[in-house]
Amino acid sequence: MMERCRLVFSGSGGQGIITAAVILAEAAVLHENLIAVQSQAYGPEARGGASRSDVIIADSEIYFPKVNQPNVLVCLTQEAYNKFYSIIRPGGLLLTDSRYVRTWDKVDAMQRELPMYETVMEKIGKPIVFNIFMLGVLITMTNLVSPESIIKVLETRIPPGFLEMNKKALYLGTELVK
Amino acid sequence: MNKNIKFIQGNEACVEAALYAGLDFFAGYPITPSTEVAEHLSSRLPQIGGKFIQMEDEIASMCAIIGASLTGHKVMTATSGPGFSLMQEALGYAIMTEIPCVIVNVQRGGPSTGLPTSVGQGDVGQALWGTHGDHAIIALTASNHQDVFDITVHAFNMAETYRTPVVLLFDEVVGHMRERFFMPEPGELPLVERLRTSVKGGVDYHPYLPREDGRLPMSDFGAEHRYNVTGLFHDMWGFPSNNPGVVHGLIRHLMDKINNNVHQITRFKEYYLEDARTVLISYGSAARSALHVVENRRKRGERLGLLELQSLWPFPFGLVRKKCADARYVVVVEMNMGQILQPVRMAVDPPEKVFLANRIDGVFINPTDIRNILRLIQGKGM
Amino acid sequence: MAVKDYIRKRFFPHMWCPGCGHGIVLNALLRAVEQLGMSKNEIVMVSGIGCSSRISGYVDFHTLHTIHGRALAFATGVKLSRPELNLIVPMGDGDALSIGGNHFIHAARRNIDITAIVMNNRIYGMTGGQYSPLSGYGTLATTAPYKNIDHDFDVVDLSVAAGASFVARSTTYHVRHLADIIKDAVLHEGFSVVEVLSQCPTYFGRKNKMGGAAEMMELFKKNTTPIGSKAKKENPELTERGIFVRNEIPEYCSEYDKIIEKAGGQIKERL
Repeated sequence: MMERCRLVFSGSGGQGIITAAVILAEAAVLHENLIAVQSQAYGPEARGGASRSDVIIADSEIYFPKVNQPNVLVCLTQEAYNKFYSIIRPGGLLLTDSRYVRTWDKVDAMQRELPMYETVMEKIGKPIVFNIFMLGVLITMTNLVSPESIIKVLETRIPPGFLEMNKKALYLGTELVK
Repeated sequence: MNKNIKFIQGNEACVEAALYAGLDFFAGYPITPSTEVAEHLSSRLPQIGGKFIQMEDEIASMCAIIGASLTGHKVMTATSGPGFSLMQEALGYAIMTEIPCVIVNVQRGGPSTGLPTSVGQGDVGQALWGTHGDHAIIALTASNHQDVFDITVHAFNMAETYRTPVVLLFDEVVGHMRERFFMPEPGELPLVERLRTSVKGGVDYHPYLPREDGRLPMSDFGAEHRYNVTGLFHDMWGFPSNNPGVVHGLIRHLMDKINNNVHQITRFKEYYLEDARTVLISYGSAARSALHVVENRRKRGERLGLLELQSLWPFPFGLVRKKCADARYVVVVEMNMGQILQPVRMAVDPPEKVFLANRIDGVFINPTDIRNILRLIQGKGM
Repeated sequence: MAVKDYIRKRFFPHMWCPGCGHGIVLNALLRAVEQLGMSKNEIVMVSGIGCSSRISGYVDFHTLHTIHGRALAFATGVKLSRPELNLIVPMGDGDALSIGGNHFIHAARRNIDITAIVMNNRIYGMTGGQYSPLSGYGTLATTAPYKNIDHDFDVVDLSVAAGASFVARSTTYHVRHLADIIKDAVLHEGFSVVEVLSQCPTYFGRKNKMGGAAEMMELFKKNTTPIGSKAKKENPELTERGIFVRNEIPEYCSEYDKIIEKAGGQIKERL
């Protein structure tokens, strides 16, 4: 894998992007023997507006914990895209949801607009697992961690009654890009 | 998977450490960015028969932990910025009455309400001089979760050893960030327990008479010795006195018990100092950016080193002087207007070789900020 | 045990002014404790700052002389960490209801088992006679040379509204009644408030031309009446004394024990 991957997750409060970031980083640390840090923006903007969470995953110590230029940027709303597209590392992966975000051609990145929300609603019908579906897409495109590692984390974080739905969302996500 | 591995916030690492050290009473009031400490303890403490109480404000929180410490418990409170200001009066009382307690301040941007959700390190001076009158204090800090744990345990040990409040100066970045952390096994880190008097009931016990080694054995409120505790100057019995000899002796005792033990209290880490031409001095989360710069520049063969302070008060003047003796430049990296820069300049000879790389706008200081200062200094051709 | 066994004799005579009501409160308190047969080791007295708070120096209990207004917050820490101890907190009117007003209402709201004795002499005596939140409209003080325009609290009404489960009032004139009330307050499980009308002849009395200590105590006799008395109906201006509220509601420390049980913890053994 790459020696160091810097990710920024962005969207609106309530889309579960911070949870997704924490789950990814925790999976890397607990189940892939990697090093990871996760941080997020707090404050009023975390209650509704554009929210953001930074994750760094690496195979060596991470000192500076914030992400200035992400290799991977996920934007789940137009507002988040407009605010953050310019920070992506040239040639990086920019993942957006085609229902929520219209991308611009000028951005120097590998832009992937995928019908994530639409697929979740069609196959599961519950928007609550949108974030986990997105994680399935992301880990398949980046090979950062295995789906099994994500599931091990889900098992400790998700109430048993909702676990199956989350697992299903994760696998559907991996299939979307296979 | 190592069963002791965790992926948690710094505030939670602090909670784990406090419980490991024997915390069983916490009083606090919610304030960003320290609130997670109270949240975790509200669920964890009753599980071990300990007590958690959310008080009406930070003043009351500080008072309540002092009361609980007197009954023989290890106690803590946690706050940020404005809450730390409110605690200053009772902090002085704990210093004067020599009551062991730990105060966590997860620093945010100040002064006043400042930047509630952003990082800052502007309370360093306040930790020492926030409360009125001559006194000494122990203030500790850390830059990563493993160190947050070790330093928190050290804080409890210091509080018990010197019968004094200890301030843990963490910050928003370390408090909120999640990272890998290994939970030590019981017994892995040494713990200092409350030193209780061996004087039997019916025999005079002097709560404020130091033993030969300088320590003052305590007696729990509710146990067989009844004595007085007061924030007034007091004699060895704990009763008010304005006898000049008693007043002088107590002030000296309060200062000396900390300042004369700077070696036992001091904690630091060093990176590449053996041959460093430029020494960065930093602490708390800022030290992460400093270390990032040092590691990258070392790869290019540049002789850069880092002294990371984990104890800020009492200030380790001797250590700083020694570690910077051969350096051409010393750069203090902190997120304030130079609160540690000042004692560093007092320690280092000549003070003109000490520079400041800081950030005071609520944005976490990044490697570029430090590199820019290095470029400026080295460009001076000193 | 004799009453005098509860005091630290070497600190007498006390520091209060001649005629001060606080010594009478100390007397009533000691009689209450003696009549209850309490051991000195089971009592913790916590006080703040002011004339009233010096009471803690004279009693041979575990004594904690703290900072202005905060005594109840310290006492809350002592009590919750060691619920088997009996907490008595003597406070002045300024200590309890001005600088300590917030701690006062929140201790009442929690219903933590602490006995608060508000020694109300309507003045800041230690600093030399400034008006307190209990001085009342139209009184004179060194900081109210043109007469006070601040209205006062009714300590009883305030305590009841804040949720105290035992609320009573007495005066330094009715010293036996006072001792009985303190006894009931100490026995009560929950937050108990005893307001004691106490005289400060040195500052309040002199400033307001109320005469010496004896005259001021005469006024306590004249201006107060038992709760619900005929005299009160005839003269609504009279201040009632007695027990206003005595409710049995769950006490804070025993409620916390239920939290420990819920969390699966073990309640630590009490001595």
